[in-house]
Amino acid sequence: MTANNKKENALIRIDNLTKQFGDHVVLNNISDYVAEGEKLVIIGPSGSGKSTYLRCMNLLETPTSGSIVFDGQEITGDKVDINKIREQMGMVFQHFNLFPNMTVRKNITLAPVKTGLMSQAEADKLADDLLKRVDLFDKAEAYPSSLSGGQKQRIAIVRALAMKPKVMLFDEPTSALDPEMVGEVLQVMKELADEGMTMAVVTHEMGFAKEVADRVLFIADGEIKEQGTPEEVFNHPKNARLQEFLSKVLI
Amino acid sequence: MAAFFDDLYNQFYQSFIEADRWMKYLKGLGVSCLVTLGALAIGIILGILIAVIRTKSDQTPKNKRGVLLKILNGICKVYVTVIRGTPMMVQLLIMGFVFFKASRNLIGIAILSLGINSGAYVAEIIRSGIMSIDPGQMEAGRSLGLGYGTVMKSVIIPQAIKNILPALGNELITLFKDTSLVTVIGLVDLTKTAIQIQGKTYQAFMPFFGIAAMYLIIVMILTSLLGILERRLRRSDRK
Repeated sequence: MTANNKKENALIRIDNLTKQFGDHVVLNNISDYVAEGEKLVIIGPSGSGKSTYLRCMNLLETPTSGSIVFDGQEITGDKVDINKIREQMGMVFQHFNLFPNMTVRKNITLAPVKTGLMSQAEADKLADDLLKRVDLFDKAEAYPSSLSGGQKQRIAIVRALAMKPKVMLFDEPTSALDPEMVGEVLQVMKELADEGMTMAVVTHEMGFAKEVADRVLFIADGEIKEQGTPEEVFNHPKNARLQEFLSKVLI
Repeated sequence: MAAFFDDLYNQFYQSFIEADRWMKYLKGLGVSCLVTLGALAIGIILGILIAVIRTKSDQTPKNKRGVLLKILNGICKVYVTVIRGTPMMVQLLIMGFVFFKASRNLIGIAILSLGINSGAYVAEIIRSGIMSIDPGQMEAGRSLGLGYGTVMKSVIIPQAIKNILPALGNELITLFKDTSLVTVIGLVDLTKTAIQIQGKTYQAFMPFFGIAAMYLIIVMILTSLLGILERRLRRSDRK
């Protein structure tokens, strides 16, 4: 499938996206897409705008200009119910952002119930199933403060999945974890990828990118400097910034 | 020496026992507590409302604020400035003798005045509490498709309340003690009761030390209740 074909069935289409904080241009006229079922991995040096790019996709950051189309609907327009859109886009954060005032079960069931997606009983059942899948069923009644970082992040993934999203956005999901906990989180993400979930992942885990990605974006200085299959990007990088970046991270 | 104790007992008898005056103190104390509770309820509701409006306005970029938000925020700012900038006794006098001069519902006026006063302070306390919560909590809630209000109500406010409980407790205690000011509108609270009894018996020592002890005991009870509540709310941190 060529890149152009994929762009036709894009689940998220980004056109001429620019994001400025004051005078500082973080994203400079980016156009790209996330195709249905695609595993997109976004890499780049810190401060390059890759997280901002991801956060623009569900409008946690408001683009300065440009348009974003999700599932055929322009979400950057005025008359969009952004909450309805976000219900279909799961997001996982670097610092987990679990709700510390609720049990794990409540963390998972809050949104599905409050948005009217399902009843409390249905949500509880779904939470049980999802928790079993990530081996944390015994933590259902625990509070987040009693969990390890890896456990918290797996719960955070489950919490997003409980909304049955069409796409999952991961914003450096393993960057705040102790090294020995990175594996368990990546494992859950790999399983999710194998099930065919559409994913956009900002990460520094090059091994994960090589193994899971359909396509890798290299963002630096607010621009997509290079993109391609993991093979192309990691083994035959053309852009000088990418070569320099890879020489620093791949020791 | 014996004469001294005799005299003291006499004063005590006149101030508390004679004509069942102790019942008057209890009644006055009841009024003071009722005013505190009512004012607290109004204060917290007003406080949360104002805090949420002010925070929402602070978190929205200037060019994106709607007209309604701007007006509400303006009203809140004026309210907090005026209430915090004028003495509570003056506010009570204005409410009692200007706005509600025809009303005989003194308890209602007292509750309303103190509630409105307390709301301004509670608003600032709650606002600081809301701002102390990691913005990631709001982002996580919003990313799940929940609305701003829902995330505030279910996620942010419960955590904020836990953080600000000591400050809120202080506010409650201040509020309780400030109820003594309602004597200026003629409401017979605990302080007014003591003044009336002093007027009848010409004894000042027992009535005023007596009510000081009563205020102190209630404050100590409130302090320990707040301690218990705080520990209960902290349970989720330890589990």
